[in-house]
Amino acid sequence: MDKYQYLIALAVLMFAIGLAGVVIRRNLMVVVMCLELMLNSVVLAFVVFAARSGTLAGAAMAFFLYIAAACEIAVAMAIVVMLVERRGSLDLAADYELKG
Amino acid sequence: MISDVLIAVFGAMAIVFALLVVVLRQPMRAALALIAHMASLAAIFACLDVHVVALFQILIYVGAVMVFMVYAIMLLDDRDASLAHMFSRWSVPAVIVAAVPVVALGAMLVQWAPSVAPAAPAAAAGGPALFSFSAFSVAFMTQYWFHFEVASILLVIGIVAAWAVIAERR
Repeated sequence: MDKYQYLIALAVLMFAIGLAGVVIRRNLMVVVMCLELMLNSVVLAFVVFAARSGTLAGAAMAFFLYIAAACEIAVAMAIVVMLVERRGSLDLAADYELKG
Repeated sequence: MISDVLIAVFGAMAIVFALLVVVLRQPMRAALALIAHMASLAAIFACLDVHVVALFQILIYVGAVMVFMVYAIMLLDDRDASLAHMFSRWSVPAVIVAAVPVVALGAMLVQWAPSVAPAAPAAAAGGPALFSFSAFSVAFMTQYWFHFEVASILLVIGIVAAWAVIAERR
């Protein structure tokens, strides 16, 4: 296994850890952090493929992912603060009225 | 090579800190573990000679996104039921579902290993100069200018959406 394969395996493992965290944790802030973990694993995969192929496309895509992450966190934090003010709790079980 | 050893070490650190994000009880400690995880990833990017993305990782993720998140944690009172009962009752099925991509992609990697063509490392295609700021700037001005403009529109939409949520609160 060369270093690129090691890093892609790392990205897969990070994505799985983030996915497990999103589903098993009950704290809203930690769930958002686990989403960031999953996004980070995607950035890692793009950068590894860019470095392996010796092209800029993957690294440019990582830059656009950072912009998407910045937008995501701005909206997510506003929603989290709104939900917590409404329910008075960071516990996801308090948001039982959410559909889906 | 020293960079390979560093990549292995920082990779192991990234996994350990990712696990800590999931298992730590206090959100603030989880946030600090996530910051350490992102710094480890930035070190990996630097070892791969992709210095621009390493810098963005520190500036945008650790410097902006995580500071924002730490402020939000400090703003909210986190002493509630989610502190006493960290995990949901769906923990076991969730871990099984999360293990499926690991097993599937792990099997794919094992299959891929013997058949893969030798990597064309960045060194062969121009070395660190390929991922330098000047190369990035030229690519963004010539190839990715449209995407760059669309990204700025996305940022404006993000600001308006956050403002709309706050306005809803009032």
